[in-house]
Amino acid sequence: MSRREKTWWWIAGVVILLYCLFPIAWIASLSFKGPADIANQQFLPSTTTTENYSTILTGTASDLFLPALRNSFGICLIATFISCILSMFAAYAIARLDFPGKKLILSTALAVAIFPVISIVTPLFNLWRQIGLYDTWLGLIIPYLSLTLPLSIWTMSAFFREIPWEMEQAAQVDGATTWQAFRKVIVPLAAPGVFTTAIIAFFIAWNDFAYGISLTSTSRARPVPAALGLFSGASQFEDPTGAIAAAAVIVTIPVVVLVLIFQRRIVAGLTNGAVKG
Amino acid sequence: MAEIVMNNIVKQYGDGFPAVNDVSLDIADGEFMILVGPSGCGKSTLLRMIVGLEDITSGDMVIGGTRVNDKAPRERNLSMVFQNYALYPHLSVFENIAFPLRLAKMDDAEVRRRVNEAADVLELHEHLERKPANLSGGQRQRVAMGRAIVRQAEAFLFDEPLSNLDAKLRGQMRTEISRLQRRLGITTVYVTHDQTEAMTLGDRVCVLRKGKIQQVASPRELYEQPVNLFVAGFIGSPPMNFLPAQLEGNQLSTPFGPIELDDRRAKAVTGRDLLLVGIRPEYFEDASLVDDAKRPLGSVFRARVDVTEWLGDQQYAYIPYEAPEEITAQLRALSRELDSEELRTQAIVSIDSTSRIREGRDAEFWLDSRKVHVFDPTTGDNLTRDAEAGAALTRMATEDREEQIAESTGGPSGRSADSGGAQAAGAA
Repeated sequence: MSRREKTWWWIAGVVILLYCLFPIAWIASLSFKGPADIANQQFLPSTTTTENYSTILTGTASDLFLPALRNSFGICLIATFISCILSMFAAYAIARLDFPGKKLILSTALAVAIFPVISIVTPLFNLWRQIGLYDTWLGLIIPYLSLTLPLSIWTMSAFFREIPWEMEQAAQVDGATTWQAFRKVIVPLAAPGVFTTAIIAFFIAWNDFAYGISLTSTSRARPVPAALGLFSGASQFEDPTGAIAAAAVIVTIPVVVLVLIFQRRIVAGLTNGAVKG
Repeated sequence: MAEIVMNNIVKQYGDGFPAVNDVSLDIADGEFMILVGPSGCGKSTLLRMIVGLEDITSGDMVIGGTRVNDKAPRERNLSMVFQNYALYPHLSVFENIAFPLRLAKMDDAEVRRRVNEAADVLELHEHLERKPANLSGGQRQRVAMGRAIVRQAEAFLFDEPLSNLDAKLRGQMRTEISRLQRRLGITTVYVTHDQTEAMTLGDRVCVLRKGKIQQVASPRELYEQPVNLFVAGFIGSPPMNFLPAQLEGNQLSTPFGPIELDDRRAKAVTGRDLLLVGIRPEYFEDASLVDDAKRPLGSVFRARVDVTEWLGDQQYAYIPYEAPEEITAQLRALSRELDSEELRTQAIVSIDSTSRIREGRDAEFWLDSRKVHVFDPTTGDNLTRDAEAGAALTRMATEDREEQIAESTGGPSGRSADSGGAQAAGAA
């Protein structure tokens, strides 16, 4: 790449970055504005205040926000965990075994992934109320699995396909059972894939709004995105914009932290050295 | 340690294509057996059937007296070195080598002792804590071998283990493998398409073509008494020259003049119109450099030299010749099958490196007619093969092997290293 080209790439990169990060910066700035400042049509608050944060963490909105945060974490982690385990087995079978209906499984997974959420929310609402899953963690974990599993299966099987067959055959010749070969050789090698999949699955569950708002009614199981929608201002003439912005910032933090922690593991290349140079 | 016996092994794929077709082969205890052939001949499939990674369609695979057809790879207690080494990238070299022992639930002290022993043999000590990704090709290869020798396996299986190394390292590893095999005295099956490896390593070599065994014999027998056109063309580098010939009395008339046959060979080839004479490059010589004592044992002819290649210790000359259409087609098909592409009918002859024969000029050559073979061009059979002499060569190789193994198990000192050195020299 010539110097000139390089500069252009840099400029383009910075522009895209600004374009993507601007709304986030705006929300962060909003969260530090006082009620009078919200509509001041300026980027920066005239006086910085942490009032919004205290509202949602200790103040009037805290009994709405804090349980929701706990619910969101619990439900999303459990859903992610289950979907990783299930998709690991499914993806392994898809990548390694030749069985009738393999194509069917993959295309069904895709079909489920593109199926509009909103069209199954209403029947699910009725069903969950009948069988007592309405407003429970399990009542959200199950639909979240339907969101995360298809994508997890697809990404994970792509990762499994990358692992050379010989690794597993070598393990079998060395005296491993199929299960041992899977656990001691394939799973460690697939670790970057598993982490990537886990993060994607976690985001999907974390960001869901439709299920969260429809299938819950109290703080027993209500996740954060749904709780944000229920924030109310100090009076009925006041929008809870500041509080929502503060909550949005807090909700973004775990996602960022998660990516930072695992970014080294996400970078694939662990299989480097398995086979010839 | 065990012998491996294959009875009528067949491997048929889903589409009915027989990758391995009715192979019967006995591999003696402690023997170094090479499976060789051009790509797609079924040699790797056969190896994978021995180790259990490939199902056997029919036939019996018997290892150490037990039929193993239905046993999983881990129950067969064989160790294998893969073409791409298949090292575990997430484990250190130590743990890679220890992997089979860990699976066998061996206690820690014993694991350490055995791994250190293997590392001693393969000179891997300073690398034990490193990851495979940080090793060179040759070191990875040695780790793969370490993983194979660390446990007491019934046999070693190698699947083209040297094909990913550069030429120099390949030569070194070849002698290393040979030395190791002699020292441990373990039955070894080695798949390769490289005939130098086949000739230098093997006690016996099994030549496969399209899933069928062509000939199983010691390297010397393969070279001197090949059973057919395919084996004759495959073994030897540069390859054997095939010339069209017609029999007149006891003489073959060829593009390079008449070749005298002895009575035995003449009798064997009578009754056919067209024949193929197989002459190895080294049966030729620059006529001006031949001893007077040797001269009457062959014939002298004049031919125009197309190209010469001087290699220092050797010199090759290329002599084009005319051949009937059917012969040309046959030879072209054969060379395609041997993974090469022969564009013109030409003989490659090996002459002394001091010879002053020039390109583009006529020159006089001498041809040793004592060892030429005559083939039937339609069936490819070797009509002049002396089975007796061939068997004697293989018997000699077997005796050599038994002697070597007896010596290395008796006292693991000089002799085994010597044989490795001798083979290295032969290969160079």
